[in-house]
Amino acid sequence: MEAVREAQKTASVITGVGVVAPTGSDREAWWQATLDGKSGLGRISRFDPSGYPVRVAGEVTGFDPADHAPQRLVSETDAMTQYAFAATNEALADAAVDPARMPDLELAVITANSSGGVEFGQRELQKLYAEGPQAVGAYMSIAWFYAATTGQLSIRHGMRGPCGVLCSEQAGGLDALAQSRRVLAKGTRLVVSGGTDASLSPYGLVCQLSNGRLSQVPQPDEAYLPFSPDAAGYVPGEGGAILVMESLAAARARGAERVYGELAGYAATFDPRPGSGRPPTLRRAAELALADAGAEPGEVDVVFADGHGVPELDRQEAQAVAALFGPRGVPVSVPKTMTGRLYAGGAPLDVAAALLALRDQVIPPSVNTCPDPGHLLDLVTDRPRAARLRTVLVLARGYGGFNSAVVLRSVDTPAPLTHLSAGTSSHIPRRNG
Amino acid sequence: MSSISFDDLKAIMSRCTGELDGRELTESDLSTSFTEIGYDSLAVLEIASQLQREYGLQIPDEAIEEMDSPQAVIDYVNTNLAAV
Repeated sequence: MEAVREAQKTASVITGVGVVAPTGSDREAWWQATLDGKSGLGRISRFDPSGYPVRVAGEVTGFDPADHAPQRLVSETDAMTQYAFAATNEALADAAVDPARMPDLELAVITANSSGGVEFGQRELQKLYAEGPQAVGAYMSIAWFYAATTGQLSIRHGMRGPCGVLCSEQAGGLDALAQSRRVLAKGTRLVVSGGTDASLSPYGLVCQLSNGRLSQVPQPDEAYLPFSPDAAGYVPGEGGAILVMESLAAARARGAERVYGELAGYAATFDPRPGSGRPPTLRRAAELALADAGAEPGEVDVVFADGHGVPELDRQEAQAVAALFGPRGVPVSVPKTMTGRLYAGGAPLDVAAALLALRDQVIPPSVNTCPDPGHLLDLVTDRPRAARLRTVLVLARGYGGFNSAVVLRSVDTPAPLTHLSAGTSSHIPRRNG
Repeated sequence: MSSISFDDLKAIMSRCTGELDGRELTESDLSTSFTEIGYDSLAVLEIASQLQREYGLQIPDEAIEEMDSPQAVIDYVNTNLAAV
C-alpha cells in the first residue's frame, strides 16, 4: 500500500489539455465534434488539389493565429507553431498555471515534430527561386526546422529547463510524452508536451506522396477506412494537442483542480528492416508499455489504435491487439478517422481523446469505417459508447519502423489524511474482524 | 532614394515583423535598443535585408551587428547612401 502511494506521488500526470484539430479549434469544440462523430475530412481547400493524386485532407478551419499570439510571432512562424501557440495557451489555462510565476529552469517544453514548417519553407524557397537569395527572409532560419515549435514556446513562456524535440513521425507524440516523464522524474517541475504538425501546402503534400500510403480516394467519407476491407491508405491532417505534465505530488501541492490521468506506462520498439522475415514489433511495444505500467491486459478498458488504413498495416495491428487481448477482447477506437493522420500531432490528439474519455467515461467513435470481421476487433463505430474506463492503451506507429505505446490511467481521488500517515495498517478494517 | 527617415524605417519594421503589440513606435524610441523595443537579432537581420533590397545597399554582417537601435540603422543607411 505504501509502495503504491509512493509510486503515485512520483507519477507523471496530465493536468492541462489544449487542442487544435480539423474537427475543432479548441478542446471542447473538438471533443464535442468527436463524440458526435463529425468528420473534419474534406476536399483540400488551401490550394487547388485537382492536379494532385491526393485530394482529401483534414484541414484546420476557422483558425486565426492572431487570436493566439502577437503579430510579431505570427509573422515569424509556420502554421504548425501557430497551432501550438493556441493549444499551449489553452493547456496552460486549463491547468491554471502561469509559467511566468515559476522558476524558468524548472520548466521544460518537449514536443514532437514531423512536418517541419513546410508551408513557411515553401514560401521562402519560392522567393529564393523567383527573386534570389536576398529575398529570403531571416526567419527562414528558425521557422521550418523540427525544433521551431519547442523553441518558440520555450521563449514565449519562459520555460528554459530540459527542452527538446522528438522526431519519429506519427509515433513521436508518444515519445515526447515519455521524454517529459523522464525529465519530471529527474526533478523538472512542469513540462509542456505533445505536438502539432501542418503539412498541407503543395510542397508538404508532395513530400508525403513518396511513402505510397496516402489515400487517393476523392470522396471524403470513403478515403480513410482503417480496418475496413476497403482500406485504401490514409488521409493526412493537421493540428494536434499540447498537454501540461507534472508530477502528481507537484499537482497536488499547488492544488491542481483536475488531474486527467497518469502516464503510467510507455515503451517504444523499432521494426526489423523490410524483407528480414522477422515480425513487426507493435505488439511488443504494447506489452512492454503494459509491463511498465504494472498492468495486465485484462485491466485495459479501451485501445486507441494507430489505425493506419493500409491493409497490411491494419492486419498487423489487429493481430497485435487480438493476440494481447483475445478476439474482440477489448473495445478499440480510431477517432482519427475524423481528422486524418496528424503526424506528430496525431498521437497527442489520441492521448487527449483518451484523457477526455476517462473524464467523461465514454469511448469516442471511429467513423466511416466498418471493420473486416477477420480482424476480430470490437471497433467502436459511428456512435460513442458509454463505458467504465480507468486504463487506456494508446498505440502509434511512425513511418520508417517506429512503434510506441502508452498506458494512461485514472488517478484516484486523494485518500483521507489518516490513510496517508505512517502506521495506518491498524486503521484498515479487517474483512472478517 | 538618397536618405531614410524615421517613418521610412518604421514602415519597413512593420512590414518585416508586424506591428508592435499594443503600442506605436515613436521618435522617442529612436535611441532605445532593439532588444528593449522587442526586436531580436533575427528581426534586425530581416530589417537589414529589406533595406538592402529597397535602397540598393550592400550591408556587411559586421555592420548589422552594430545596428542596435533604430537611430543606428538610420545613421548607417544615410551615411552609406550619401557615399554612393
